[in-house]
Amino acid sequence: MSPELGHYALVLALCVAVAQGTLPLLGARRGDPGMMELGRTAALAQVALIAVAFLALVQAYVTSDFSVANVVRNSHTAKPLLYKITGTWGNHEGSMLLWVLILAVFGAGVAAFGSNLPPSLRARVLGIQGLIGVGFLAFILFTSNPFERLDPAPLNGDDLNPLLQDPGLAFHPPLLYLGYVGFSITFSFAIAALIEGRVDAAWARWVRPWTLASWCFLTLGIALGSWWAYYELGWGGFWFWDPVENASFMPWLLGTALLHSAIVTEKRDALKSWTLLLAILAFSLSLLGTFLVRSGVLTSVHAFAQDPARGLYILGFLIVVVGGGLGLYAWRAPKLAGGGLFAPVSREGGLVFNNLLLATLTLTVFLGTLFPLVLDALDAGKVSVGPPFYVATFIPLSLPLLIAVPIGPFLAWKRGDLRMALRQLVAVGVVAVAAGIVTLFIAHRSVVLAACGIAVAVWLVLGALRELARRIQLFGVPPGDSLRRLVGLPRAAIGMTIAHAALGLTVLGITGVSVWQTETIVMLKPGASVAHAGYEVTLDSVQDVRGPNYVAERARLVYRRDGAVAAILQPERRLFAVQRRVTTEAAIRTSPLADLYATIGESDGKGSWTVRLYHNPLAPWIWLGAALAALGGFISLTDRRLRVGAPRRTRAAAPQPAE
Amino acid sequence: MTRKRKRLWLLLGSLGAFAVAVGLVLVALNDSLVFFYSPTEIAAKPPPAEKSLRIGGLVAPGSVVKSADGLTTTFDVTDTSHTLKVSYRGQLPDLFREGQGIVALGTLRADGVFAAREVLAKHDENYMPPEVADALKKAGRWKEGEPVPGNTK
Repeated sequence: MSPELGHYALVLALCVAVAQGTLPLLGARRGDPGMMELGRTAALAQVALIAVAFLALVQAYVTSDFSVANVVRNSHTAKPLLYKITGTWGNHEGSMLLWVLILAVFGAGVAAFGSNLPPSLRARVLGIQGLIGVGFLAFILFTSNPFERLDPAPLNGDDLNPLLQDPGLAFHPPLLYLGYVGFSITFSFAIAALIEGRVDAAWARWVRPWTLASWCFLTLGIALGSWWAYYELGWGGFWFWDPVENASFMPWLLGTALLHSAIVTEKRDALKSWTLLLAILAFSLSLLGTFLVRSGVLTSVHAFAQDPARGLYILGFLIVVVGGGLGLYAWRAPKLAGGGLFAPVSREGGLVFNNLLLATLTLTVFLGTLFPLVLDALDAGKVSVGPPFYVATFIPLSLPLLIAVPIGPFLAWKRGDLRMALRQLVAVGVVAVAAGIVTLFIAHRSVVLAACGIAVAVWLVLGALRELARRIQLFGVPPGDSLRRLVGLPRAAIGMTIAHAALGLTVLGITGVSVWQTETIVMLKPGASVAHAGYEVTLDSVQDVRGPNYVAERARLVYRRDGAVAAILQPERRLFAVQRRVTTEAAIRTSPLADLYATIGESDGKGSWTVRLYHNPLAPWIWLGAALAALGGFISLTDRRLRVGAPRRTRAAAPQPAE
Repeated sequence: MTRKRKRLWLLLGSLGAFAVAVGLVLVALNDSLVFFYSPTEIAAKPPPAEKSLRIGGLVAPGSVVKSADGLTTTFDVTDTSHTLKVSYRGQLPDLFREGQGIVALGTLRADGVFAAREVLAKHDENYMPPEVADALKKAGRWKEGEPVPGNTK
């Protein structure tokens, strides 16, 4: 019964979304408070209905209801409970349901906490949210219904793809979606502002926390996905410049730009049209990402078999959203009043520089990702664009950006003094260059790149700390006063320091793995040893072990240094019984300096196993850096200014009508 | 600084960044664009040796051979009308098996064997790389929705 209930709730949600997408917009145009107020009620009703649908699907999974086709294809009674629950969104239909659930939750957030928004703006934001909801709910109901029944019901299911039965991937999609969908709110705010014909500090103050929250979730989601690829795919890499990865990276890059330009809009009432454009594009790229992943048009390590009809629907939806958004922008944006002036060398100027480079970086990733599609569409051959392309474009363009990061916060608003800023950073610069020079001598390969990477990492971390030291006047006033200043700092400032320093840590990790990784592949009999990265590694034994829904060969690898045991790693090769599929479970020993990473391959049938060993210096910092950056974002979110007292409009004039 | 001057600077800056980006993209594309060939295309018109390319097709049943040290694997990739011998050193992806559609990145050696640097693994066993599906369709042996020839499952 409950699948039908879920299906019914979903249909009702679509009806409510249609109402939410039309009446409040109409009401805002007519100035009818009743119709505008309807947006709030509809948004709250929608979240309740979609939650019912989602819980119905979760229930079908948990109780292994094999009369539901979706459960049959992706679940099995022997699957652990955690993966029965997360399996709900480990497939196309369920993940789309999760997408609209998050969309509805965010919409309800605006409805519930938006009482200090001007009513017409709030009505329009909720209206646009409703329209996006209509698009996705119709997509689910007409092309990917998760509640389809099977008759007769099979006795057991096909099980979830074993690669997805993993804690990392279980929570990767929800985090990513929180990020993607969060940009729908900034998109709705941008469209609403274009319809209203005004953008001001109050608007920016509302948009900033949404952008920041989406950005944090997206950062965590991407980091988790990259970490998962690192330990689960078993070849020691963390980023493959794969289309599906790029699909999530592009909104992140543009979202980072939006995060910074919204600051200028809020504080200085400038860069308004640019911020609006970024908000529209960031969400468009999120949709494009969904299209790329869900349509299966690109060959990717992450590709799933897909139905072309769904791709076509999302493509159509994408065209409507992007075309509509940009069309409205082209029509309305020139009418927006210009904002505050600033000199090229100023905080605003620095943020413009940041935006320019981030937008350019997004463009190169975009070209690299879509170029093969375009060539294919023109029938000009099937090509792929590999990591060398991104290395050649991304590094030279991101280097100036990374160098500029610590300088920006030293510049004053409106008119800054670059010489003063640089003078304060001289010591940091000297240390960074020295670190780079030392690296020149100890790097084994890509020496110049290594030196740049290390120097930039040191520059970013120390530069961020130097800026903090200036704010609290460390060594300028007694330590007690400095401490008091530190406690009194706005949370946003602390968040920025952490995020900028964390960026340096990530650069450090990426440089370490790219330059100093060592790989050893060898066939070993139990008892035999191999020299690897200064260790003597012995294959102690290989044993058969049993898991809940798999059997595995577990190897015991003993790492010895100078005869003493340094680490024991136990990689596994699992055979999942239902799908007859093998996965590699890498064993990783993490320390702040390096990861020891081992996988075991097939036996040759004569008592030897393929053993693959990696030594990945500084690897953990890649994900620690990303997690810290997100933490910085969350700290910044708790800033008082973002929570209370969004400034009221000082001008008494009512919002201009849309004409 | 007047608004006009500011606009001008901004415009020049954006154009500069854009020009640099396009330049880098063009140079990089020139060097790193990798074309896809089906075994039939390679048989008809072999690409120059030592050029990076991707090939794809089905792993021919019964063709997988491991070398004495167990690290190098050779196998035939077929689009059902032609086959190509592929050699790969290292650990094959977990999903690699006979009858499976694969895509490999590498170079064609002078002796006509394809030396793969990378063999693509898929998350999904029902997934057919689009290039392989196309190659099979062109060879006229497979249509969308039919069971894949040689795939035992």
